[in-house]
Amino acid sequence: MDGVFLNPDPAAVDPMVPRPFRIERRLREVDGCFTLHLKAVDGRPLPYKPGQFNMLYVFGVGEVAISISGDCRDLNTLVHTVREVGTVTRAMAKLKPGDCIGVRGPFGNPWPVEEAYGNDILFVTGTIGLAPLRPLVYEVLNRRDRFGKVVLCYGSRGTHDILYEPLLHQWRGRFDMQVHVTVHSAHAGYRGRVGSVANLVKIARFDPEQTTAYVCRSETMTRPAVQALHDRGVTSDRIYVTLERNMKCGVGFCGHCQMGGSFMCKDGPVYRYADIERIFTVREL
Amino acid sequence: MKRTVQESGVSHQRRAVIERDAVQALIDALGAEGYAVIGPRRRDGAIVYDPLTDAADLPWGWIDEQEGGRYRLHRDDRGAAFGHVVGPQSWKKYLYPPRQTLWTGRREGGGFTVETPQGPPPRYAFLGVRGCELAAIAVQDRVFGVVRHDGRSVGQQQYTDSGYAARRAAAFIVAVNCGRAAGTCFCDSIGTGPQAGPGYDLCLTELIGDGRHEFLVEAGSDRGAVLLDRLPARHAEGADLEAAAAVTEAARAGMGRRMEPDVAGLLARNLEHPRWDEVAGRCLSCANCTMVCPTCFCTTVEDTTDLTGDHVERWRRWDSCFTVDFSYIHGGSIRQGGASRYRQWMTHKLSSWYEQFGTSGCTGCGRCITWCPVGIDITEEARAIRASEGGASDGAD
Repeated sequence: MDGVFLNPDPAAVDPMVPRPFRIERRLREVDGCFTLHLKAVDGRPLPYKPGQFNMLYVFGVGEVAISISGDCRDLNTLVHTVREVGTVTRAMAKLKPGDCIGVRGPFGNPWPVEEAYGNDILFVTGTIGLAPLRPLVYEVLNRRDRFGKVVLCYGSRGTHDILYEPLLHQWRGRFDMQVHVTVHSAHAGYRGRVGSVANLVKIARFDPEQTTAYVCRSETMTRPAVQALHDRGVTSDRIYVTLERNMKCGVGFCGHCQMGGSFMCKDGPVYRYADIERIFTVREL
Repeated sequence: MKRTVQESGVSHQRRAVIERDAVQALIDALGAEGYAVIGPRRRDGAIVYDPLTDAADLPWGWIDEQEGGRYRLHRDDRGAAFGHVVGPQSWKKYLYPPRQTLWTGRREGGGFTVETPQGPPPRYAFLGVRGCELAAIAVQDRVFGVVRHDGRSVGQQQYTDSGYAARRAAAFIVAVNCGRAAGTCFCDSIGTGPQAGPGYDLCLTELIGDGRHEFLVEAGSDRGAVLLDRLPARHAEGADLEAAAAVTEAARAGMGRRMEPDVAGLLARNLEHPRWDEVAGRCLSCANCTMVCPTCFCTTVEDTTDLTGDHVERWRRWDSCFTVDFSYIHGGSIRQGGASRYRQWMTHKLSSWYEQFGTSGCTGCGRCITWCPVGIDITEEARAIRASEGGASDGAD
């Protein structure tokens, strides 16, 4: 007991208690995905930083950790893009505008932005990985003059499941941004790029010695992405990745999201790759 | 942290000796202060921590025999109240209950409202907190954000579990210095016992022999000193202090096991090791070790509804990293094999705990060894990994 006793602030918001948010809009995305625009019932906005997540609660069903997908400068609307994969997200998919869901958050370590000032920016992502990355892309474009080249490499399974496709078109139309899209497989006669996202990293134009890369992919697909970046000469200290674990609390009490000594909910989900490189390759850690 | 009574301006005695029968006076005094006294009792063939109102409820004359996978109670002629060591329960049962309601919700209009349980926290007085257990409470103080720690913290945010903090702040702690060690005890090698402290309000040392049965009582806080002042006591002589020192020395000498030194680094560099598969061959993944561990804190949540679907409750209950479900995310569990689950528990407890909280998660109480149905011994596992290193690299660190 050599530490300092903290007096819990009784007025502080209990991080374990959800706040009701009303669904303002519901957008259909690619198959199995939808986007919710939420507004706090009590009117208090929920400020967050790109890369953070919320615990979303469906009344009577349960809670899941979902990344925030909107523009962090728009405090009035909380945006979440969700894929239906489990009990809670399937129940969430059935909700309509006017319905309420519970929100706890924001939690987690955001993507660092200031650290990349002066560098080229490389986003590497695929399928629904663009959803957690979108707030960062918005933020980088908001501060566009702070960076060199801005490159987005995106891959999906096929031509039918390119997430936020209209937005990708819009970004590709900018003169100050490169957008590369590839699909894993396509119908005969498709003239776009077919292949892996790692291949996009090979062809993208950036200065490897002055590039900050943000990788938002599944754990399995993060490996080849990081390998491709290493091959181009981007070092581990300038690569940021996100990871995923089971989460019950979001504040480091439930223990579920541990990887080695880190709690993914508060030390992650964004990590500098150099910091986790040693344990990232240990199986079943 | 510890202030002497003189410094605080209270002129109460810091040390005194009370008779065996004055334990009732202690329980009564705590009760009069509004505390619910919790202490050791013999129930279902084990010493458990239950509410106490009568000193006769204490397990006078019962001691425990403990070995890997073995726990038995025996009668002992000395008739000590605290002759036993530690049983299957720890104080986290009260400070961090196995099941808690986090909040309740009600559907209202198009939305819902949420309420948290209100009311003052229970005021517990824990009677018989051992050195290893006091250390375990200090560990959980860090886990739940009640005490900030100076260790390397990778965490960006500091949260406090308000329920734990409230129960912890209200608790009065009467520690006991152990007079004997069980076969599975290894607090001496961890440095948490057998001498208890700091962190108690009062500390008892049971003095038996030469026709006497008394307790040396030491105050560790102002409120402890105030309480001690109310007990029928006599001045503590030098001989009493010597007798008390001999009591803890006896426990130290009888320590059944010891933990390898520098085990944190040892495990951190052996995340891939054949021993993990070897121990997985014996481990049943039953989760007993995590349930009896006084510092294990993992929980899961349960959402329930009534039949109308309009009233919901969210519960938190203890969970264990030994279940396959524990690490489940879409697509499957991270830790599929028993080897990775045992590795998670042991390396967390002894190694990565330092990264998270600046301290070891193990206090040497030995419960995980005693209550393992197949007697897996955390000290033996550490030793085996050390031995393999010695063969490979002359033990060079």
